[in-house]
Amino acid sequence: MKFLRTIGKEILGLFVDDEFLALAVLITVCCVAVLLKAFSVVPLAAGGVLLGGCVGVLLISIWRTAHAR
Amino acid sequence: MLSLTLLWSTAAPAVSAAFLASLVEVIEAFTIVLAVGTIRGWRLALAGSAAGLIVLASIVGLLGPALDRLPLEWLQLAIGILLLLFGLRWLRKAILRYAGLIPLHDEIAAFAAETSELKARTTRQRNRADWIAGITAFKAVLLEGLEVVFIVIAVGVGHGLIGAAALGAAAAVALVLAVGFAVRRPLARVPENALKFGVGVLLSAFGVFWTGEGLGVPWPGGDCALVGFTLVFLLAGVLAVRMARQAIQEAVA
Repeated sequence: MKFLRTIGKEILGLFVDDEFLALAVLITVCCVAVLLKAFSVVPLAAGGVLLGGCVGVLLISIWRTAHAR
Repeated sequence: MLSLTLLWSTAAPAVSAAFLASLVEVIEAFTIVLAVGTIRGWRLALAGSAAGLIVLASIVGLLGPALDRLPLEWLQLAIGILLLLFGLRWLRKAILRYAGLIPLHDEIAAFAAETSELKARTTRQRNRADWIAGITAFKAVLLEGLEVVFIVIAVGVGHGLIGAAALGAAAAVALVLAVGFAVRRPLARVPENALKFGVGVLLSAFGVFWTGEGLGVPWPGGDCALVGFTLVFLLAGVLAVRMARQAIQEAVA
């Protein structure tokens, strides 16, 4: 059981390291989905939000880590 | 000729991402298996590794047919989100290492840590020593292998390029095994952080591409948009390294 828990934790660790980064990426994707489905935003503009959002999230995550140390 | 060029332009990013990412993962697994082999003998190291490979093959055998049954948009969206999480995590780590905020990964240090832990554990639990050594090799192959399987599926599934991506991963495995067993030492001279940075950039680009496709975004230029995304993440990565280094200098001053 302990072994399976370790494996599960390791698998989760493949995708989640910095909680802020993971959560912000998921929120960005949700926002893009809402923009497309609920507000019928031009798909290409929503794509731009996705790309820009992911780059922004990465930069903020680095900035937070750098300033926390 | 044109179709061959188009095929290569689609396959090249998937194959190179699978090759480079697998190189990083296989080197890490090799270091641990080498530690087990050196401390407790090669029979255990190879048995543990073989067991890990069998479990991996079973997972692929179960997952493969299930993936075929999912609607393509769902698959693209799920894989895209996972790739974003995975790729941005790698890119972030590589940036923090370049900036000096976290230490660079050192295979020799990892090998030393693994051997000393194995020695300590096998001394403490003498009657379970072989079991512990075998499980260590098994876990290393399984966990690093899972990452390789995920990357192969993630970069290959959208265009039916799983076979090509798997070839890239297989080439990485063959290269690491050939060099590793020839030198019988951890492969410390591989520029792991540069590889991680490059793969992080590629996987993040794939992540944006597939997530967008899954949500119904028609990317301009089709697959060629991947090149643009790669450049954007590359520039963002370089900018982030500078930003982090500046923050450190400000903190020191």
